[in-house]
Amino acid sequence: MQWFAVRKQLRARPRLVLGILSFVLPVLLWSLVSYVPWLWHPKVEITATGDVSYFKSGMLIDREVFVKEEAKIAEAGGTLPQGRPANPIYLPAPHQVAQAFYTAFTTEPKRRNEKWLHESLWSSIQVIFWGFLLSSLFGVPLGILAGTYDLFSRLTEPFVEFFRYLPAPAFGALAVAILGIYQAPKIAIIFIGTFFQQVLIIANTTRKLDASLLEAAQTLGAKNLALLFRVVVPGILPDLYKDMRILLGWAWTYLIVAELIGTSSGITWFITQQARYKNFDNVFAAIMMIGIIGLTIDILLAWLGRNLFPWQRVAARS
Amino acid sequence: MHSIELPSYREQSEQVRQRFERLKQRPVRLEVQALSKDFETPHGVITALKDISFQTHKREFVCVIGASGCGKSTLIRLLAGLETPSRGRVLLDGEQVIGPGPDRGMVFQGYTLFPWRTVKKNVMFGLEMAGRGRMPAEEEAMQWIELVGLTKFADSYPHQLSGGMKQRVAIARALANQPRILLMDEPFGALDAQTRAKMQAYLMEIWKNIDITILFITHDLDEAVYLADRILVLKAHPGEVQELIEVPVPQPRSPQQFLSPEFLATKKRLEELIHPPQEEDANGDHLNMVRMVSVNDDVESVL
Repeated sequence: MQWFAVRKQLRARPRLVLGILSFVLPVLLWSLVSYVPWLWHPKVEITATGDVSYFKSGMLIDREVFVKEEAKIAEAGGTLPQGRPANPIYLPAPHQVAQAFYTAFTTEPKRRNEKWLHESLWSSIQVIFWGFLLSSLFGVPLGILAGTYDLFSRLTEPFVEFFRYLPAPAFGALAVAILGIYQAPKIAIIFIGTFFQQVLIIANTTRKLDASLLEAAQTLGAKNLALLFRVVVPGILPDLYKDMRILLGWAWTYLIVAELIGTSSGITWFITQQARYKNFDNVFAAIMMIGIIGLTIDILLAWLGRNLFPWQRVAARS
Repeated sequence: MHSIELPSYREQSEQVRQRFERLKQRPVRLEVQALSKDFETPHGVITALKDISFQTHKREFVCVIGASGCGKSTLIRLLAGLETPSRGRVLLDGEQVIGPGPDRGMVFQGYTLFPWRTVKKNVMFGLEMAGRGRMPAEEEAMQWIELVGLTKFADSYPHQLSGGMKQRVAIARALANQPRILLMDEPFGALDAQTRAKMQAYLMEIWKNIDITILFITHDLDEAVYLADRILVLKAHPGEVQELIEVPVPQPRSPQQFLSPEFLATKKRLEELIHPPQEEDANGDHLNMVRMVSVNDDVESVL
């Protein structure tokens, strides 16, 4: 088989295997660093303190410090401290993170007013949902209008073009001042981060619709609104759907910044809180959960898209 | 080379002459009056069409032919109302054409079927736009689909059809509106030779059986002579009417006529008009073979 054929698809089997490998390889690298003692492991975990006064059992110490103390004690002729190579606390091993995927959900919050992980996740999903929905409610129609009528294009796009360079988090303080400290300013940040890109991308997608379809429709008697709703909208629907999937991905990337605004909430609150307690296994698990939720939603949407637009299955059999 | 004596393309048999006489007594369907179109470009104004005037009678088949860049497509777009004329006007049954409308059906070279609609829904589009109800529109659409022989594919999407089938759907879709004239812009240009011949036969059959006036653009001389009652020959830069030829080949047409003297005479005339003998290499547009050396010349040239 040709592994390096330019712009040729490999066969189904190898493609699947490679796809799985793309996840396995990073995990493998991580496992090597975690489980092979002579790879990296810049710290020493103390198992027996010996005669070093400030060592405690289970303590993580820089290797150089340990070696120096060991040498000092050896010179003085005392009991040597014992230790084993360890990684810094911020790099938990894969099995610890895997465990955290379960324990993070079952660990009771430390204070009564704090939320369980599933509540935090649900709060994050709601922020994304409302931010993206509000943005789409305005962004999609405006994008389609701008892509169809030059009037709307000129009236909106120059300003949108300017506004999209303003980083959404820059509006954090303003959003809090106007909308308070709870969910509303977070939704606003997702909205600002999504909306302006959305208008431009959808306007562009709309403009890419084959103009001859519009001409054909006109010679068949379609006018004004019929052109818009019977030709433009159905014509761009599959591409619009793809755009929305990409934009939803962007919305997720704004989540962490958004949730830091006002009172920290959702998965971001969980991550910062766990980092404060030095539960880095939980931190890793939470970060991965964002990726897993995002990817799962995208795969579901992709699958749904294939069934929504049957005319898009272009001669895949050939 | 011209060892065969051909009659003049102006010579018409009695039968053909009488047919043209009757044809010219029919009411005028399309009248084009001193139509001009200028395009503004960064390099100044370019006149694509200049003072085009002609008439088409009811149920006539007119082909427009001309070298590339002569404004054939601009002409048909003006007739469809997709462009506005710079000067002059277009009359359809005596009424001036303003903008596109369903009374002038159009078939494009690029099929332009709506990919999200099935064959049936594509043909129904114009009927829906005319405010026809769902059931009657569907019934009527099925009749047109039957006419082009695609009943089996009524629920297929365009991407599942071959090029020839797509173009038949496009023709059915345009005809379903019962337009007063059918404008066709190189409709078979993208098809392979065999499919094209088949499509020409289909089109002749349709034209014979329903009352429709057709204006057909092509750059294929055989196609023009085979299909047309009259051929409008355009000249390039600017696009002007060069000649309006009455095709002396008797109707009904059949592929056997491709080698008849009238057919060849007409084709020869078109050839002269469209590819006039040019002064040798005025602009250096020729292959330069001087420096060619033979590479791996295993066998001798037989030239």
